[in-house]
Amino acid sequence: MTIPAVLKTPKLYLDGAFVRSESGRVYQPEGQVNVPRASRKDLRDAVRAARSAQPGWASRTAYNRGQVIYRVAEMVEASREELGRALGGGRRARLELDASLDALVFFAGLADKIAQLGGSVNGVAGPYFNFSMPEPSGVVFVVAGERRPFSPLVTHLAAAICSGNTAIALVSQTEPLAGLLLGQALQTGDVPRGTVGLLSGLGEEILPWVGSHRDISLIDCCGCQAQQWRSLAEAASDGVTRVVAPETSDVPLSPRLALEMTELKTVWHPVGI
Amino acid sequence: MATSPPKSSARPEAVQGNPPAGAGTPLDFPLGDFVYAAAPEATDHVVIADRYDLFIGGRKTPPLSGRHLPTLNPATEEPLAEVADGGAADVDRAVQAALAAYPRWSRLPGSHRGRHLFRIARIVQERARELAVLETLNGGKPIRESRDFDVPTAAQHFFYHAGWADKLEFAFANGRGRSLGVVGAIIPWNFPLLMLAWKIAPALATGNTVVLKPAETTPLTALLFAEICSQAGLPDGVVNIVTGGPETGAALVRHPGLAKVAFTGSTAVGKEIQRTLAGSGKRLSLELGGKAAHVVFDDAPLDQAVEGVVNGIFFNQGHVCCAGSRLLLQESIAEPFLRRLKLRMSRLRLGDPLDKNTDIGAINSKPQLEKIRELVASGVAEGSHIYQPRCALPERGYWFPPTLFTGVAPAHRIAREEIFGPVLAVLTFRTAAEAVARANNTRYGLSAGVWTTKGSRILWMSERMRAGVVWANTYNQFDAASPFGGFAESGFGREGGIQGLREYLEFA
Repeated sequence: MTIPAVLKTPKLYLDGAFVRSESGRVYQPEGQVNVPRASRKDLRDAVRAARSAQPGWASRTAYNRGQVIYRVAEMVEASREELGRALGGGRRARLELDASLDALVFFAGLADKIAQLGGSVNGVAGPYFNFSMPEPSGVVFVVAGERRPFSPLVTHLAAAICSGNTAIALVSQTEPLAGLLLGQALQTGDVPRGTVGLLSGLGEEILPWVGSHRDISLIDCCGCQAQQWRSLAEAASDGVTRVVAPETSDVPLSPRLALEMTELKTVWHPVGI
Repeated sequence: MATSPPKSSARPEAVQGNPPAGAGTPLDFPLGDFVYAAAPEATDHVVIADRYDLFIGGRKTPPLSGRHLPTLNPATEEPLAEVADGGAADVDRAVQAALAAYPRWSRLPGSHRGRHLFRIARIVQERARELAVLETLNGGKPIRESRDFDVPTAAQHFFYHAGWADKLEFAFANGRGRSLGVVGAIIPWNFPLLMLAWKIAPALATGNTVVLKPAETTPLTALLFAEICSQAGLPDGVVNIVTGGPETGAALVRHPGLAKVAFTGSTAVGKEIQRTLAGSGKRLSLELGGKAAHVVFDDAPLDQAVEGVVNGIFFNQGHVCCAGSRLLLQESIAEPFLRRLKLRMSRLRLGDPLDKNTDIGAINSKPQLEKIRELVASGVAEGSHIYQPRCALPERGYWFPPTLFTGVAPAHRIAREEIFGPVLAVLTFRTAAEAVARANNTRYGLSAGVWTTKGSRILWMSERMRAGVVWANTYNQFDAASPFGGFAESGFGREGGIQGLREYLEFA
């Protein structure tokens, strides 16, 4: 007789803690496992945590943010086995993990290069020193979507936070397990609490409250269906919230992914004795 | 991460603060009757071999020359180990190993090269204390500096350039560029591990392979780095380390297999290298000497400026190419500023570099000590006024007290020549235009400093001072993301930032 294995309860990752949905509800997208079905209140809690964590995260040096994201890559690599199982194993799981690790390492290394790649000194026609620099937008909401269960989530979260944003993601609705496990790598990778929040549940329940949430600065619709994108963008117009369009196919890693989640600031200063 | 050289640890209230009005010489102030307890850093976790061979093709390789050189602890004059004295045949072997490793390394996907560099960065962090102690033992610099500046900044350079390896296609408007081939890197003794990182990290990130020649007096951290390369699983031959003296360096520069020479060191040797490579088509970057002007205006925050000036000239015993060795004071504040500066100098602690409270360590070598003594003697002979705080020097080892010269004329040797020691020459000026003229009255152009509370004046001065780096209301700041390098006889090429990367790539 075999001893029954000790199974892990999937949980949301909110404000650095692993919690069930405050609503107490679950759903069963992948067989017998009960996955939290996040509520509007869970979303609000996640946004509040992300908003309060954002200034602290942004005020760290870019080099430090890069090292923290690199540490997350180390943690993902170390939990390959568990993540691979959650992704159903085999070649697909391996490719998903390879792509995710490449993305984490890419954006870890981008953190201290965003200023040079996205900023400039502007030769204005007068005795002024004039420069532009990217800075984080604030709180980013990532709709990771259903195309792939893990790598788009990891890629877009890393792209969001490397510049100093904090982020909340709605993980894949149909395959949420690996996405929720990312919380372990984030927590043990020394990502400060609140910097990333992970929600699972039904898009139709959560997303209607995302677009109009005034404390969300930018919505990354990378994994949205066309209809979801339109609804989010319409609701976002209420607060002129930034919206990044969906990806319809695999997009190569690029600084653009991070830069489009930043604002550009230009500073003028006179030159003279 | 602390990238700035740390300030001295806080002193008790009794000896801090501004001199009261009407005070006489700084030493009229009570020095306090306390004595600092020794706080030595442990060395028992650092293993130094009796004898080191070369690192070629991933293996410890005895030198064909058959020669070894002793390497010392300059604070005690005790030998630490013997290292190989590589000859021309050894240099050739190393270049051949680098040439053999080049095709595979340069064709690796950037993300793979990046993974190797990230590993190296991590191991440098993991073994940071070992590297710091070794750096201090072999070079004489205070452990506070090797621990808090040299080693963490070296790790940062590997992290930073690791992150470029998979992004080269985004770095430049005219395409991703191609790697060059084998880079011959020759580095100085003032920041041995950090200079190694400045050369190796960008060279490897862009797909080049390297033969590194460490300085004759400070080879040990480079040899520990060789071990780190093996530990990180770096492919054989990508990094090769050939220790030795000037002949070894000359053989490397002359080797036809090199695609580029990257040199940091004296202007005299830099000129020789430039002449040797003339017309060869080989790429060259030179980071040479300096005689930086450190300009303090009358509206500067004086206490902060004093700290900045002290940091500017006494950091690493003044063995810094960008040291702020010419202090230009606006006339109206010269007297109170010098009073504070002398008081601050009298509080610097000179002694055992391994002591965590030491501000000024040992001079790196006997020849360097003699050079400093000779130039200081010329300052006295030419009529400048010398100030040295009372300062007990240890009996063994190479030491020089912090030194200040006032009444210096621009024509004096101490105002023109790089001393590369803890010696500050003070000049004065009246107007900003005069400050610029005096600052630029040098054959060098590596760095400059300016202290004023007026932002527009910082920018006005920055536009006019001929230097590759200008520090405003700070000094001696270094970062992997910030390009470093000089104008004029301070050399050409930049290290750090996107601009430093370009030095290791060619574009169609």
